[in-house]
Parts: sequence; C-alpha cells; structure tokens
Amino acid sequence: MLIKCPHCGTRPVEEFTFNGDASIQRPTSNDPATMDQWFDYVYLRDNPKGRFDEYAHHSSGCRAWLVVTRDTQTHEIFNVVTARDYAKKRVAS
Amino acid sequence: MTGFRLDKGGLIDRKAPLYFTFDGRAFTGFAGDTLASALISNDVHLMGRSFKYHRPRGVISAGSSEPNALVELREGARKEANTRATMIELHDGLVAKSQNHWPSLEFDIGALNSLASAMFVAGFYYKTFMWPKSFWEKIYEPIIRKAAGLGNASKEADPDKYEKAYAHCDLLVVGSGPAGLIAALMAARSGARIILADESSTLGGSLLNENEEIGGMSGHAWAIGVIGELGSKSNVTLMPRTTIFGWYDDNIFGAVERVNDHVLEPSPYEPRQRYWRIMAKRAVMATGAEERPIVFGGNDVPGVMTAGALRTYANRYAAAAGKSVVVFTNNNSGYRTARDMNAHGVHVEVIIDSRKEPNVDAGGVPVIRGGAIVNVRGGKRVSGVELADHRMIPCDAVAMSGGWSPIVNLMCHRGAKPKWDERIAGFVPPDVGDRFVAAGSAAGRMLLSECLADGARAGTLKGKTPAIPKCRDEAFAVTPLWWVKESTGKAFVDYQNDSTAKDLPLAAQEGYRDIELAKRYTTAGMATDQGKLGNVNAIAILAEATGRTMDQVGTTTFRPYYTPVSFGAIAGPFVGHHFQPVRKTPLHDWADELGAVFVETGLWMRSSWFPQAGEDWLASASREVLATRERVGLCDVSTLGKIDVQGKDAAEFLNRLYCNTFSTLDVGKARYGLMLREDGIVFDDGTTSRLAADHFLMTTTTANAARVMSHMEFCHQAHWPELDVQYVSVTEQWAQMAIAGPKARATLQKIVDKVTLDDTGFPYLAAKEISILGGMTARLFRISFSGEHAYELAVPADYGNLVARSIMQAGEEFGITPYGIEALSIMRIEKGHVAGGELNGTTTAGDLGLGKMMSSKKDYIGRMMAAREGLTDKNRQCVVGIRPFDAADKIRAGSHILKKEDAPSMAADQGYISSVAWSPMLNMWLGLALLSNGRERHGEVVKIFDGVRKIHMFGVICDPMQYDRENKKLHA
Amino acid sequence: MKYSVFSLLKNTLSGHKKWPAAWRDPQPKKDYEVVIIGGGGHGLATAYYLAKVHGISNVAVLEKSWLGSGNVGRNTTIIRSNYMLPGNNPFYEWSMKLWEGLEQDFNFNAMVSQRGVLNLCHTDPQRDAFARRGNAMRIDGVDAELLDAEGVREMYPFLDFNNARFPIKGGILQRRGGTVRHDAVAWGYARGADSRGVDIIQNCEVTGIKTVKGKVVGVGTNKGFIGCKKLGLAAAGNSSEVAAMAGLKLPIESHVLQAFVSEGLKPYIDGVVTFGAGHFYVSQSDKGGLVFGGDIDGYNSYARRGNLPMVEHVIEAGVAMIPGLARVRVLRSWGGIMDMSMDGSPIIDKTSIDGLYLNAGWCYGGFKATPASGWCFAHTIAHDELHKLNAAYRLDRFRRGYMIDEKGQGASPNLH
Repeated sequence: MLIKCPHCGTRPVEEFTFNGDASIQRPTSNDPATMDQWFDYVYLRDNPKGRFDEYAHHSSGCRAWLVVTRDTQTHEIFNVVTARDYAKKRVAS
Repeated sequence: MTGFRLDKGGLIDRKAPLYFTFDGRAFTGFAGDTLASALISNDVHLMGRSFKYHRPRGVISAGSSEPNALVELREGARKEANTRATMIELHDGLVAKSQNHWPSLEFDIGALNSLASAMFVAGFYYKTFMWPKSFWEKIYEPIIRKAAGLGNASKEADPDKYEKAYAHCDLLVVGSGPAGLIAALMAARSGARIILADESSTLGGSLLNENEEIGGMSGHAWAIGVIGELGSKSNVTLMPRTTIFGWYDDNIFGAVERVNDHVLEPSPYEPRQRYWRIMAKRAVMATGAEERPIVFGGNDVPGVMTAGALRTYANRYAAAAGKSVVVFTNNNSGYRTARDMNAHGVHVEVIIDSRKEPNVDAGGVPVIRGGAIVNVRGGKRVSGVELADHRMIPCDAVAMSGGWSPIVNLMCHRGAKPKWDERIAGFVPPDVGDRFVAAGSAAGRMLLSECLADGARAGTLKGKTPAIPKCRDEAFAVTPLWWVKESTGKAFVDYQNDSTAKDLPLAAQEGYRDIELAKRYTTAGMATDQGKLGNVNAIAILAEATGRTMDQVGTTTFRPYYTPVSFGAIAGPFVGHHFQPVRKTPLHDWADELGAVFVETGLWMRSSWFPQAGEDWLASASREVLATRERVGLCDVSTLGKIDVQGKDAAEFLNRLYCNTFSTLDVGKARYGLMLREDGIVFDDGTTSRLAADHFLMTTTTANAARVMSHMEFCHQAHWPELDVQYVSVTEQWAQMAIAGPKARATLQKIVDKVTLDDTGFPYLAAKEISILGGMTARLFRISFSGEHAYELAVPADYGNLVARSIMQAGEEFGITPYGIEALSIMRIEKGHVAGGELNGTTTAGDLGLGKMMSSKKDYIGRMMAAREGLTDKNRQCVVGIRPFDAADKIRAGSHILKKEDAPSMAADQGYISSVAWSPMLNMWLGLALLSNGRERHGEVVKIFDGVRKIHMFGVICDPMQYDRENKKLHA
Repeated sequence: MKYSVFSLLKNTLSGHKKWPAAWRDPQPKKDYEVVIIGGGGHGLATAYYLAKVHGISNVAVLEKSWLGSGNVGRNTTIIRSNYMLPGNNPFYEWSMKLWEGLEQDFNFNAMVSQRGVLNLCHTDPQRDAFARRGNAMRIDGVDAELLDAEGVREMYPFLDFNNARFPIKGGILQRRGGTVRHDAVAWGYARGADSRGVDIIQNCEVTGIKTVKGKVVGVGTNKGFIGCKKLGLAAAGNSSEVAAMAGLKLPIESHVLQAFVSEGLKPYIDGVVTFGAGHFYVSQSDKGGLVFGGDIDGYNSYARRGNLPMVEHVIEAGVAMIPGLARVRVLRSWGGIMDMSMDGSPIIDKTSIDGLYLNAGWCYGGFKATPASGWCFAHTIAHDELHKLNAAYRLDRFRRGYMIDEKGQGASPNLH
C-alpha cells in the first residue's frame, strides 16, 4: 500500500502508524451527563466495510497525523488530508 | 543419437561439461542444462517419491510448476529441501539428493502405503486414529509426522547473505516470452522506464523451447535480437532469474532474484538472493500458459510428462525423454511434440487423440482418434501403455496434453477471480483495471500472432500500436478430456499430494462439495506447486460429480507466492544481530571504559552494573547502592525520553496532556507529571521543567518515549490544532546523568560555573540552564529517583563522555561510584517509586497511589473514563510494599498473593508481586506488589504463591516506601 | 455412521461408495428456535452444544459462504490456555479441557496434538511478566513451566543462541498447548450438529435482522426470511456489519492478520514456539508445513490479504529466531479478518435486544477458544443468562470500566 502524504509525497505503508476511525470527534464537555458521548468516542466503532476515514501517523516521515480515506475492502485510497485540516474542516462544518 | 543426449541442437554448451552427483552417483551434463535435463540425458527418470503413497516419480514438467522432481540441493548449512530439479541450473560440483524415502529412492519401504491405498482415500485420517485416545499423540501422530513432509531442511545458520532492494518503473513486464518481449520492446522504444523479469535463467520464455518463426527468422533468433535491443537501452532493466511472486496493493510487486543460485557458492560480498519490492505505474502479465496433464491410470509413472515438457527437453536442452514416445492429447499440442521429436530423430510410436475428428499435421505419425490411455505400464520407468480398447503399446516415454491454462495467478492475488473460457477450455484472468493487464497466452490468446499483437498493444503506453512482425501460427484447438474414467491404474490429479481422480467425487459424496472444502478434504492443490498442474482437472472432476459448470465450481483462492520464496530472501540482512538496530547512549563509551555490563532495554543498550573483580550482578549492584547512598554515585539516564515544548500555549497543552497541572509551575522549577490514556489508565510519567514562561522540557519513561511523542502529535493535530505550541524530541540531543548521594552537591559544585548549589541557589526541584566546566551549556535539575539528595545533569550529547569523566574526577575525593540501572532499580524499589512493573497499562492513578494528582479543574486526556466504577472500585489492585515474613526468604517478581489462610485458586487470587530487589540498606529482599484493596492491608501477613518456581512462603504487606520514609536524605 | 477403523475397513470393501454425507445440504425451514449467524468454528460449536448439552436441536446455522470459510479455515491452529487475567484464564482452560476430549466426543479426528507451546523471553521484565502469567495458570491448576535459557536450548537447540540481537533468557512452557487440524474442527462440529438435527445452511447470507417491540423475530436472507425465537451472532470479522443490522454498534474494529505456511518438511520443530523479541510464532503441521504468523497489518481491513511490510517483518523475526530457516521456503500466505476488541478480550453476552446474543471480539485468539466459546454461547442462549465461565465477557464491561486487558494496551484495537 502507498500513501500520498501531503508533505512528503507517495510513501510506503510501513512509514505510517494507524489509529482508527477519524470521523468520531472527542467530546469537549466534562459534565458527567456527557458520559455516553465519551463512551461512544472511546469505545464504539462503526467499523465500516467500504469507505473509511482513518487516522494515519507519518511516524517514520514528517510526523504529521493524516486522515486517509480508504476502502477497507479493496484498500483503494481516495483521499489524504492532514488531521489538522480535517479537524478544522470539522469545526467549520 | 547415442544415449539420451541428442547429437545436435539445444541451447547447451557442449564445450562446457559440468560434473555433478545425484544420490551419490556421479554424472556429467553441460552448461545450459537444468538438473532435470541433465538427469534425463543420463537416462535417469526416477527423481523422487510422492507424499502419501511414496510412488516413484520423475519430472512431469520442464518449469517452475514441477510437483514431482523435488530434491535436497547442496549439503550442510546450505542444504535446501524441495528444490525443483527443473529450475536448478546445473553447475560444476552440484550435489543433489532425492527425498522422502527410506532406505533408498530405488527401494522405499513407504511404498507399502500403496498396498493399503484402497483404504487411504481422501480424508481417511479424519475417521480413524481416535482409539484408544492416548494413542494419537504417542503412536499414530509421530509415525504420521515422520512419514509426512518432503525434504530435510538445515537447522544450521545459513552462511549466505541476502539483500533487499526497491525499484520503481513505468512498466513492469512479467514474463519474457513473445508477448512479454514485444511489450517491453514497444514500451522501451517510447523511453519509459521498463523492468522485464522472468523466472528462467535466460530470457525468451517459450521461444527457447519451441520451434517458432517470427519476422522471417527462428523465434529464438528474433528473441535474441529483441533482448539485445532492450539490453542496450539505459531505460530498461532486464531481470532474468527473477520470480515475481505476488501482487499487492497499489501495484506493488514482490520479487525474488536468484543472484547466485546457479553457482556452487556465492562469491564473498555477493548475496545468494535479492528480494525486490517493485513499485510499478503499470504492469503487464505475460506469464504464458501452463500445459495440463490428463488424469489417466499411471499418469505419474516416471517417463510420463507433459507434451510441452518433452519438446522443451529436446529443443532447449537436447535431451530425449525416451527413445520411443507415445503421445496422448486432447488438443493440438501433442502433434507438435510428435513433429518436433521426429525432427530430432526420436521415434514417436503413435498419437492417441481423445478427439474423434482432429485434422492436424501429425508429421507422418499414426494417429488413434477417439482413443485413451487407461493405464501406463512400468514402475520406475514407463514400459508401455494400455488403451481403452485393450491394446498395449510399448514405449519408454509418454507425452500428455490436457490443454492449456493461462497463468493467471498474479492477477488474482488481490481477490479477483478468473473466469472460465469455453473457447480455450481454461480460466482467463479477471479485469483488474488498466494498471495491470494480461497479454498473450496468459490472457487466453493462444496463437503466436495473437500473443505478439496483444503484447505490442500492452506495451504501447501512448500513441498507436506499431505493426508486429509476421509469424507462423500453430493452430489451437482443444476438446476437454479431464479424466479417463476407464482407467485401471491410479489416476492422479495432484501428483505430489497423491490426490486421485476418485478422491474428488468421494469428497462431494461426503458433503465437501464446495471447491474449497474439496481442496481441504482431498489436499488437491495444497502441494508445493499450489495446484498449478492439477487444479483445473480437479475443478472439472468436481463439477461433473456435482452437476455444476466450471464457473459454478470456480477456482480456489490464488494467493502469493507464485512459487515458494526462501525466508532468507524476504528477511534480507535483518537477521541475527542486525534484526533490529542498536541504540547506544552518549555515555556508552564512558560506561564501557568502566567495565559496565550492557543489557538490552528496547533498542537501547543500557549500562546495568559495573562489576569489579569477582562480583556477580547482585554484588556489584549492592555495592553501587551502598556507595551512592553513603557517598555519591553517577548513573547514565540518557535513555529517558526528552521532549522540548515551546509556544504561547505550551502550558495549556501540558495541562491537557497530564492529569495534574503545569500552568502553575514556576519558571526554573520541575514537577512530576502523570499522563493518562483516554481510557483513564495511566500511560506514562516523568518530570517536566519550565525553562521559560513558554518553554518546557518534558521527560518520559525510556519505554514510552516514542509513544508519548506520537500521542502529543495526535492530541495537538487531531484534537487541538488551535493551540500555539511546538515540540520536538530531543532525547538523542542530550546526554543525561544522575548524580546522587550525600556528596552529590559537593561533587557537582566542583564543575559548575558560578551557581552555588545550596538550598537557596538551587533548591529541591530547581531546574535551570547553567554552565559547567568553564562555559559548557548544561541543564541541571534537582530531582531524585533514588531518594537521595540528587541532581540530573544534561549536556549536549557529544560532550556526554567528557562530562561524565569530569564528574568522576571531581567526585574521586568523595569516593564516587558509577551505578547502573540495577542499582537504580533497587533504590527506586526501596523508595517505593513506581516504574515499568507497575506502569503496565492496566493501572490507574489511584492504583499507583497518585490519585490526588488528578485535577478536577480542567479537561485532560483520560479524565472522563477514569471516573468509571470499574476504575474506582475499592477492590482494585493497588501498589503496596511487600517483604518476606521470614527476612531470610527471597521473594520473586511474578509471584501471586493469597490470603494467608486460602488455598491457591484464581478465585482467591489477591494480586501479584510486580518488582523485587535485594535491599542492601535493609538487608533483605523487598518488593512492590499490586494487591486488591491493598492500601487497607498494610501489616497483613499473606501467602506468596510461586508455582512456576515451586517456592511458596509468607509475606508481609507494607507501605511502598520502605527506606528513609521521612525523606530526610532527599532534602539533606 | 460412526467413524472408526472398522467403518473405514467396511467402506474400503465396498469401494467407498457408501460413505454418507458428513452433513445434509438442507433448505431453510420457515422458522427455528435458534438461528446462529456464522458457520465458522464458533457458530458450529454453538449449534453442536445447543443440541448436545441443552437438547435444543431446532437450530439453523447460516453461513454466507462454505462452512468453515472464516477464521476457522484460516488460522495458525494453535491451542493453549496460558492466560493471565481472572476473566480469561478459567474460560481458556475449559476450552483446553474440551479440546482434550473433543475427538471422541464428536467422533472426528481433528488431530488435537499437545506438543507444547513455548513463549520465549529476552529480558528480565519479560521473564517477570511470564512468571506472573505462569503463576496465574498454576494457581488454578493449569500447567505452566518457567524455563531458563538452558531449558529452552535443550528443547530447541537450533534457536539463535549465538548471535541474537535479543538473547534468549528463557521461556514459559505449557506442555498441554499444541495444535489442532483447524478445518477438521469445523467439520467435526458440523457433522456432530447435523446428526443431532441442526440445519447447516451454506451460501445463505443474512441481509437483515427483524425485531418486533425490541425482540428478535427472524432474519432476512438471500434464501428468504427465516424466523427464530433466538438469534446468535458469531460472525467474527463481520460482527460489526451484522450487529449493525440490529442497530448495535460494537467496541470492535476489523483488521487483517496474515499467516503463512512453508513447503512441507520432514520433522523440524516439534511444538509451538513464539518469539519474544518480535512478532513470530511457528509450529509444524502433521503434513510437514511450518505454519507461522505475526502481527496484524495495523490498518482497518475487510480484505483477506495483507501487504509486504508485515510479511517482511514476520519473516525477519522468523530467521532471527531460527537462523536455519533462511533456506526454507514460504509456500503461501493468506489473511483473515480479526474482530479486534477494545481490550483484546472477547464478548459472549446478551444484548439490549431480547433474544439477540453476541459472540465476538476474538482478536487473534478465536481458534483456541472454539470449544469453550461454543459451550458458553450455547449456555447463554439456552438459559438467557451467562455461564460463570463467560461472566466477565460482558458487553457492558467497557462502559462500567471492567476491561480484561492482558496486554495493557487500552482502547486501541490494533495494539492488542
């Protein structure tokens, strides 16, 4: 598998470390009433068969956290953005 | 023809005789031979024994699909099992042995299995060997294990070397037959970067084996011309002896190049094999087609081989597989063999064509139409064939052709399935997009002109496909005949695994109808050739037995490796001591000079103790502890992770990362921090110092340094990109040493410039940039892991050894002693400080006795989940101190703890000892333990269970801090 | 027909024409008492124990492909009960006990072979952790031995004792661990279940789960609607997808794990050995192939195939552990989809939907658990309550904070 890092260009998969579903957002409130949200965030996963936004750390490269949109059945990669841009876009939308 | 070597022709060098031995007998062959062709030319056909029935076997093929002629090649540490005689390039001094027999290849006791073969049908072993129960492991299985397997592999370290390499290209062409050559040529002429790979020793593919005509010359001559042109171009890499073994995501191909398998031993500094990862923009699969056997009685007797193999041995290697040949075919290939053999002066007795009305040039050889062989006579060599009409025809070789299967493997490695094509009676490759296309007979195009046109098209990366040279076509026509049901002898589908035609209907009868189930039940297709020769026959027989079409049955899953690949090649140089890199600290040389023993800690080599004459590790570590606690010691702590954090929001960032607060930390001070994971469990700990309002220096544990850094990057970039903070790992930029003990201050004062190290000038938890040794930048922290009055001094890495030596010099008058991580560990256990044994990824801050550090005034990673009932349960195991009840006893890490009255059981388990040390201060073994509700149990006498060492004793629970509980020494 | 040497002889005399099918190929009935989704090891074992232990034989097992086509047909065949934590240990030991009597129980030779599982350690902390684990086993009467380097060398002198980057310091040995012919486990359970009346329906893909007022009433399939009172999910790597049909979101990610087999060799390595300084474990099948594997590729995946970096990583570790392997050839590699849970331990539990039961989250450990998983799942379904052996495998343990985390990696499935 090859991942096109926005900073480094196309690099082999072993340069990256993965960290699961990027589509779920860390809650911001510490109110005990938000415990369900937190539980969902930490433990529950859609785990889709198909298109999936996944955190990938370019740990042996530029050290940027990326969000790789990939098909979990075919491993085809559709899009790669930095986690920073992904987070900003999420806030904006 | 004298003997079995043809008088002329072939691509062998008759001026270069080579001497080799097979099963201890000496033979001669020529350069250009394979072991198989050399043996055939010496009239040796018996080359191995089959897996289950130990049937005598010879070569079936002339290529990499060979299932029978597998030998143990070379000797000693270079011995390799199961090497295909058909792929071994003959070299001088070659030593090979046949396999899977006892006592000898000629006379093999195991062949008695054949007598019981009526019973040894598919899956028989699932139905028996169950009684009596104890017999399976003691009697049946050992016998089966000994009888099974094929060759003997070496257990010695391989003396040869291997390499890994990476390549990028515009076009990878797999296979160098007519389609591959012309594809490479077209692409090469356009200037694209080309790799042309072929598993054979020589490029040319089928053009080396067959009599073809291209562009008014022989196919071989044409190939030489094309290869010459390709070889002259700088944009072309020719890779003979290279097998593309797998196709992976994003058009990455795995390959192994046999750099030196054709010589006795690689020259020094050259690898035996080289593993390649090839990143190809586009690729062409021009892998050709595999000729199938027909399933008939005795189709495994040595001397029976595919029609194409017989031709190849004659045309390429000038070796005659027999003096009198019978051809059995269901397609035109058999005729070609008859004509070629005739041309070589080998007598062809008859062509038996299963088709009723073929109309093919037989070159004058008689043809029996609509015929079939029901049995082959002969045990270790063909002596004749019996036909369905009871005729018996003497011969010493049988050429069979059951049709051709496009070699689709690579294209199916990523899950796509091939499709059945009635026209050619073969599975053709799936469409997997335009980055990887099939060309030539691999794509089911069986005429030479089609192969050339197809290859040219595939190799044209832009513009119009140029015209292709004229060539002569051999007509292609096939009418399937899979299995001669009238067979009287055993008819094999999978040669190596001895799966017969009858096994498949039996599997279906018993419910194993799916091809995958049938494969697993009969083992057809599971041998070292992965069903290259037999699978299509198996599918056809199963289809008939279950009333399904070929497409309905389908193929089993094609997976890497196209042919088996040595571990050595894939491992490359990353074995032995080079399995992982070695990290040495900046103080390594200093420690080495003082006789340190280094121990692996992750990738680091850490100085663990500094033994003097006659000391073992414990004596050394005890002396180091005493010296440190009584005088002063110096320890290398450079492996601690160090992260420099700067920016306007640095303090806020740390507040969110740690469960305790850093925004309140004064400039010039250090503070212990505890970091949780998002699930509320402790992740890491360490001291962080504030060097300026917007500048912190974090430390992490050695084990977690990299993970903490990744975690910070994640939290910042994914959660809080708005924070204005920068951070970088400086672990390797600073040498860091602990100077501990009552004389630490006096020692350090001697090398420190200007600053006075008293409690005003440099109080406990002070952390400052200073200068030492007359102007060298350093950072000094008054922190302590040992519990002593102690400092950590960091200097630029390259000065580490110098500074350490200077401190030793300065401390000489005080009796300074270097100490290693064993002494460090003893001292931290005496003081009850937690480390790896307790920070084990399952403990909470509360478990570690650090619950009060968790702030309730801010959000931080792990705060919410840490509040769950299971993480605050009072029965959780928490850190306590533990001592043996009898002070003379030795407690051991990993022992479990029971109430003193309880018998051992998991239900009664109370916890375990996580760390132990011999305390030279208290003169006894003591430890830390994780004990259920432990904080309430100080003083309790418990049972210590050490079942794996069969040592049990009583212990006493106590406070984790067992030495200097008032911390007098720390503040002294 | 009972399988034995006598039935084999008898059938040999009749030319093997009279062997009955090991299982029927039935069309689904309109409804069943219990439907199990997933005809792999766990699903088939569940059906077998439902029929055999609980007398519930009005059961269908729905398999979307061929029976045993999931992880039971694609693993490294290792069995062991060398777990550390209270929630795991008794469960896996019960599994081991079932393995020990399995072949006689279901009358099918699955080649249960207890040739020992040895885990190597290379550092003092690793040895301490092994002692802790070994003692957790011994405290409950499970066999475990702590070996020093010499003890390891005696068993396997051809490991790298001379030039290793991480010297072998010892190991922990469970002699009762070993291997089982994996496909035969599926077949044995299938045959045993079928003979007790269970319908095993192959090529039957579930397309929906129907509930009425919070209670399961049946499943939609490509063979039509099949009604049931109780529905058990045993879909391994596809658990999330199937559970989603009932509106459930699971603490599970699917990952690809590659495994490998070498060419057949004469006896090379007797038991199972796992490397402690890298991801590698190996055993030798009765057929002669070295069966080995390593770590998951690391990214979420439903593709039953992996990529080269992990192949290299595994094989480097293999040669680092056994230098002689360099000249052995790897024959085939494959990938299976692991239902990686958030604490590395499985779930066998009821769900918030009446009549819907969940068996998932097996990570790498599903094969060795097959008998006990089936046993406990059958109990849970039959009695609508958890057996004490799976009492810790509750779905709500994550919410409540009672994780069973042997590796201490937390809520990162790809690290378990």
